[in-house]
Amino acid sequence: MKKFDKERLLLAVAGPVIALVAAIALTSVVLLASGRNPFEPYALMLEQASFSDVQVLIVNQASMYYIAALAVALGFRMNLFNIGVDGQYRLGAMMTAAVGANVSLPSFLQIPLLLLVAMLTGAFWAGIAGVLKVTRGVSEVVATIMLNAIATSLIGWLMLSDNLGVQVGNNNTTGVMKESGWFPGIDLGADVGEIYGLVFLAVLLGILYWAVLNRTRFGFDLRATGESESAAAASGVDAKRMVLISMLISGGVAGMSGLPLLLGEVHTYSLSFPAGLGFTAIGIALLGRNNPGGIAFAALLWAFLDKASPALDYATPVAYEKEIATIMQGLIVFAVVISYEAVRQWGLRRQQRQVGAELAAAAADNNSTQKEVAAR
Amino acid sequence: MHALVGENGAGKSTLMKILYGMQKPDEGTIAVDGEQVTFSSPADAIARGIGMVHQHFMLADNFTVLENVVLGSEKLHGIGGGARRKIKEISDRYGLNVRPDALVENLGVADRQRVEILKVLYRGAKTLILDEPTAVLVPQEVDALFENLRELKSEGLAVIFISHKLGEVLSVADDITVIRRGTTVGTAVPAETTPRQLAELMVGSELPTPETSESTVTDRPVIEVRDLIVVDKGTIQLSNQTPAGMLMSEVERGAVKLAVDNVSFTIHAGEVLGIAGVEGNGQTELIEALIGLQSADFGTIALEGEEITPWPTRKRREHGVGYIPEDRHRHGLLLEAPLWENRILGHVTEKPNSKGKRGFWLDPKGAQEDTRRIVEAYDVRTPGIDVTAASLSGGNQQKLIVGREMTHKPRFLIAAHPTRGVDVGAQAQIWDQIREARREGLAVLLISADLDELIGLSDTLRVIYNGRLVADADPATITPEELGSAMTGAATGHLEHIESGEDDA
Repeated sequence: MKKFDKERLLLAVAGPVIALVAAIALTSVVLLASGRNPFEPYALMLEQASFSDVQVLIVNQASMYYIAALAVALGFRMNLFNIGVDGQYRLGAMMTAAVGANVSLPSFLQIPLLLLVAMLTGAFWAGIAGVLKVTRGVSEVVATIMLNAIATSLIGWLMLSDNLGVQVGNNNTTGVMKESGWFPGIDLGADVGEIYGLVFLAVLLGILYWAVLNRTRFGFDLRATGESESAAAASGVDAKRMVLISMLISGGVAGMSGLPLLLGEVHTYSLSFPAGLGFTAIGIALLGRNNPGGIAFAALLWAFLDKASPALDYATPVAYEKEIATIMQGLIVFAVVISYEAVRQWGLRRQQRQVGAELAAAAADNNSTQKEVAAR
Repeated sequence: MHALVGENGAGKSTLMKILYGMQKPDEGTIAVDGEQVTFSSPADAIARGIGMVHQHFMLADNFTVLENVVLGSEKLHGIGGGARRKIKEISDRYGLNVRPDALVENLGVADRQRVEILKVLYRGAKTLILDEPTAVLVPQEVDALFENLRELKSEGLAVIFISHKLGEVLSVADDITVIRRGTTVGTAVPAETTPRQLAELMVGSELPTPETSESTVTDRPVIEVRDLIVVDKGTIQLSNQTPAGMLMSEVERGAVKLAVDNVSFTIHAGEVLGIAGVEGNGQTELIEALIGLQSADFGTIALEGEEITPWPTRKRREHGVGYIPEDRHRHGLLLEAPLWENRILGHVTEKPNSKGKRGFWLDPKGAQEDTRRIVEAYDVRTPGIDVTAASLSGGNQQKLIVGREMTHKPRFLIAAHPTRGVDVGAQAQIWDQIREARREGLAVLLISADLDELIGLSDTLRVIYNGRLVADADPATITPEELGSAMTGAATGHLEHIESGEDDA
């Protein structure tokens, strides 16, 4: 492995740290402006995080954020903005639930089948945007936003009792999935809860993401396209093919992001299945710098803000609004975008200066002709 | 009418940007009407009556001519009748023949250019800067443009005209300034100047080039190009799906401009074919068709007898086509990636960069090791292989690229300006490498603005003008001055060196 590079690590960490500090400071300003204690809510939330039942909630939520954010990050690495992760995720979860409720195979076949259904559904939905971009030049941003809206309608229609839907009380659901498709979790006791078994799917996908991007030819082509489309084309990357393939993979991953919840807890897709995961994931991928480790950290942070904040409403003696966490999430996204760009440019200039200085020192030794031809 | 000529990268554009307020000068002054001025933005320049027509038009396609003209200066004459009257008036006065209500997307390139000129005049410009206005036009349109410009001149306006097409410059300009490498190297009066003298000024006398001693040319053809045609994509409004037949008829009608026009050549093993030409005469398109970045519209390309015309870029590269691009930042490097990743670029499927079937797995260790070797062997001055490519100087970036391409033992090397912006030592080194590979049977297509480099390295010389190979010459006898005159289109056919220096071939 590469030798430990202090400088690079510093640069990588500086961005998120600056962003977080700025976001926390700004949140405190908001609190002050509304006449509240600017620090107590943080203490209250941190206290929440020390309870094991909240920790379980955080890990479970983070696993879904993580998978969805990987889907977004994959697109980001080649300058593709897949805003449609949300639609791909909901459609994937819905189709998986429907198949799970209507097909009954032994577990060792049922679960792979469900994973495959989720993946293919997501890939199909993202693939529409990919094909449109490759053949007609339609911006993937526009196409995926539209597909999100279409997914909502499509899901509504599919969930009618005439189609795949099953009415349960007031709620439209896809019916309860066959038990062979339930994924066992890690039970930590009645008052603590259960960690979804598919948390490991998230970890596995994170490792795969790293390996594919950094250790395969495909990953190199993808990163090269993201860094310089013209240089990638000259090096022999077929841009259209890359766009299509990465859209399909991104969609496939997005399609699986609802599975930890679906296979681990609710076992049915209903109208109360959480929406908006795909949008949150965009912020998480940004904060995590499209890096698998960074995304894991960002997903956990986001899940922490989500799951530790409800307690603010019931805090004594003074209650706080739990929306403080939402304000923080918003500010983090803002701060992240600004601080990353600033740190990136600063780092690049710094390195150029350093290289220049080192070479000047070397050149001073042999005093060779560093003169450009132009100088003659 | 004042013309500013010089090779690409000579500093013409920078100078114009300063004049137009887009960039600030470090030193020196600008005077307008005898009064010293400083511009901090294009708005200041416009207020002083300086207007610029960019090489790439800045028009909104889905707006009408009227809307485009008033856009941003709605306060001058309103956006309705007043503006229309004014546009009509300007158009009639200078014979621009612009219809205010036409939709810009329906206009041809020449019409768009006239709209751009009108836009500048509408804002009250007294001095017009035209940045390579003829680059996108076909000859008849060029004549029409010059007619318009003469009209402007006779109405008392000043025109600054940037170009590197010497023939045109001589035909329209009243005064010529030649710049090279950022400084004025001469001025000329067109009536007393020949294209050749101008070319000499532009190119200058360069460093002495080491001659290629003995010929290594064999009779084994490596690359054969037959009747290659590449259409200038900027001049056609056709979609990608246009059937070839229709394109052919467009070509026959002369309705589209050909960037590469019926080019044929063969390069044998051990041969360096040099192509001389003023930039913008089809070299870029020729290179891109050879490496596969643009598809050849007609004609064939064969590598050692095997037709490669339909091959994608990667396949060509895997089969031994090396590429030293003319714009290393755009086509040769990932600037923000470390050097060893840049060493992989373009050869990701080959050893030592990857292993497994079709190079499925990347081999960072192998690539890093080999990068260290390249850095050592090609004297790339860098503190390490983990620094980004952007932090190296241009010359060192170029050495890395040359090292990378040579390492893969290409059979055919496309070398575009291989020593541009490279220091003297590295230049000689790159020449040595090309010569050494040539001895081992490499075929090289050399495109360069440095005429001494061309003459010194090439076994065969061709001149490209307007997309055609118009002349050939023997590098053993030809002089840069003779070559320069052919580059302007003044001489065609086989160029014979005549001892007295007269050459009217």
